[in-house]
Amino acid sequence: MEQSNIYAPYKMKIEKITEEAPLVKTFRLKFMNEQDAENFSFRTGQFGEYSIYGEGEVTFCVASAPTRKGYIECTFRQAGRVTKALANLDEGDIIGFRGPYGNIFPIDEWKGKNLLFIAGGIALPPMRSVIWNCLDLRENFKDITIVYGARSVADLVYKHELKEWEDRPDVKLVTTVDPGGETPDWKGKVGFVPTVLSEVAPSSANTIAIVCGPPIMIKFTFPVLEKLGFTDDNVFTTLENRMKCGFGKCGRCNVGKVFVCKDGPVFTLTQLKQLPPEY
Amino acid sequence: MEIINKILDKSSLTVLVEKLNASGKEVYAPVNKKGITEFEKVANLQEMDFDCIATKQSAKSLVFPKVEKLMNFEKTFDDVIVKNVDITAFPEVIAFGTRPCDAAGFIPLDAIFTTDNVDEIFKARMDKLTIISISCKKADDFCFCTSVNGGPGNTSGSDILLTEMSPNEYYAEIITEKGKSILDANAALFKDSAVVDKTPLVAKIEQQFTEEVINEKLKTLFESDIWDTQAMRCVGCGACAFVCPACGCFDIQDETKGKDGVRHRCWDSCGFKLFTLHTSGHNPREKQAQRWRQRIYHKFSYQPEQQKQFGCVGCGRCSRACPSDMNIAEHLTQIAKG
Ligand SMILES: Cc1cc2nc3c(=O)[nH]c(=O)nc-3n(C[C@H](O)[C@H](O)[C@H](O)COP(=O)(O)OP(=O)(O)OC[C@H]3O[C@@H](n4cnc5c(N)ncnc54)[C@H](O)[C@@H]3O)c2cc1C
Ligand code: SF4
Ligand code: FES
Repeated sequence: MEQSNIYAPYKMKIEKITEEAPLVKTFRLKFMNEQDAENFSFRTGQFGEYSIYGEGEVTFCVASAPTRKGYIECTFRQAGRVTKALANLDEGDIIGFRGPYGNIFPIDEWKGKNLLFIAGGIALPPMRSVIWNCLDLRENFKDITIVYGARSVADLVYKHELKEWEDRPDVKLVTTVDPGGETPDWKGKVGFVPTVLSEVAPSSANTIAIVCGPPIMIKFTFPVLEKLGFTDDNVFTTLENRMKCGFGKCGRCNVGKVFVCKDGPVFTLTQLKQLPPEY
Repeated sequence: MEIINKILDKSSLTVLVEKLNASGKEVYAPVNKKGITEFEKVANLQEMDFDCIATKQSAKSLVFPKVEKLMNFEKTFDDVIVKNVDITAFPEVIAFGTRPCDAAGFIPLDAIFTTDNVDEIFKARMDKLTIISISCKKADDFCFCTSVNGGPGNTSGSDILLTEMSPNEYYAEIITEKGKSILDANAALFKDSAVVDKTPLVAKIEQQFTEEVINEKLKTLFESDIWDTQAMRCVGCGACAFVCPACGCFDIQDETKGKDGVRHRCWDSCGFKLFTLHTSGHNPREKQAQRWRQRIYHKFSYQPEQQKQFGCVGCGRCSRACPSDMNIAEHLTQIAKG
């Protein structure tokens, strides 16, 4: 009988690599074992541990939507040891994946509401999963607005998809780059995400806001949302503490009594305010 | 199961250990080597150090080794072959001469590894472990089991608890089915007994505080400067976590030699700065005081909430091992009084 082992990864083949921005790549991964592919399912907001055998494991969210079947995608920035090794892989190479772990964006509860997505930098990946998930179920939601900012035009990820969202009549996309990050032919906005958000001033009525980005962006975005009238229950974000196991055992990702890996990574602002600032 | 009361002569105890060995089980007991007592594999009782109050390291490595293989992998030209560890090949182990605190330490450890989702590797080792403890006749200044719901003659966690009645006679409480299977296989060695009052036979350890009071106090102490004061002399060496029977935090690391590799898990500690350091350089627990606070909150606030189980058994090992004299019992007393 095959023994189960919660640390055993699925074997995945890298089917496609997309260069998104300097040091940022997207891998499309396919299960090598058909049984694994059939048994696997995940929901938007969840993450996994990706590994190169011999180098170690890293935590990335699943950046594709559960409505897109047959593969999963991750988008990562080359940062340290394992991500550097991952960046050196080619299409056809094999990596490990275990997951999905963590909780989800409760999109079933968002039916009939307007959605406002606010993302900064490389934090678009978790957002991309939930955005596509909602767009694939478009009739469930009212207005969809996406505010996305990066340091410079070159740093914007998912350029093709940004174009697709821009062209859709049922999506309002606002892109911005930090002052100094614009190119001569840049047509989006120039300014930091929180500033641009207060200019765009989306209505908070019947609206859910989802915010993902670097800590500094998040810190300055919450007060803007508050000013726009968003209540804490209607603001969602994800946390990224350092992780190893992904399921509440290795002990390092906790913020107070909650494990980001098990109880998160998705939290409402209400929940966040009850936690000590250990993230 | 209702506790079965028996008596074992010292000579029968000697025979029991030999028989356990002969039956293919690995017997580990405290052994004094050059003045330091640790759990080691023993062939007979003569090797055992009966006098030791607490081994330097706990017995946890019997189920949670310092470094443990999670899987092997082999890279071929165009594939990777991953092999799970064979958990059916783990040996049957007897922890012999553990103290009641050692035995109790397996309970929070087990809760970490088996609550919500089961760590099969840990569970397989735990299933194959039988714990035969010996009550404490003496304690030292670092011991505080009675403040954390334990005691020198406490049965929780043990499969069999032995209490010395005279140099030649042990009172044996058979506590669990695992303990009973040892009794059944060696029935001739055990004599029937009535219930024995252990109080005069075990050490007196004064209660300094209760877990419940600590738990209650922690509800309002998170922002207190007590953590700075208490952690002032902490050097962040992590020794406390490594000797602790209840600490279960770990790291996962890969090791390769040519095309063969192993993914390991190894002990880690919330006392280390690197434990929570993000690649970006950001660290949610930047200061040693925050890391000390985490240690206390994890054991006395988070674990009771997450696993209905406190994470300290009062063995005092962390205080004995600390190079800069952090004393957990003193710190907890201060918290309880504060
Ligand atoms: C829930 C979650 C989702 C994430 N999603 C993404 C994503 O979609 N794209 C992306 O680029 N990055 C993501 N990250 C961050 C990513 O995990 C780290 O950048 C990555 O682990 C760095 O690994 P490294 O080996 O290159 O760096 P090193 O510094 O060499 O890391 C060594 C080890 O530290 C651990 N580690 C270090 N920093 C982190 C961290 N912030 N989070 C978790 N583990 C860490 C890893 O286990 C790694 O093996 C996410 C983190 C979390 C917690
Ligand atoms: S925290 Fe210290 S006293 Fe408590 S169980 Fe661990 S080593 Fe023993
Ligand atoms: S990642 Fe191990 S406890 Fe959360």
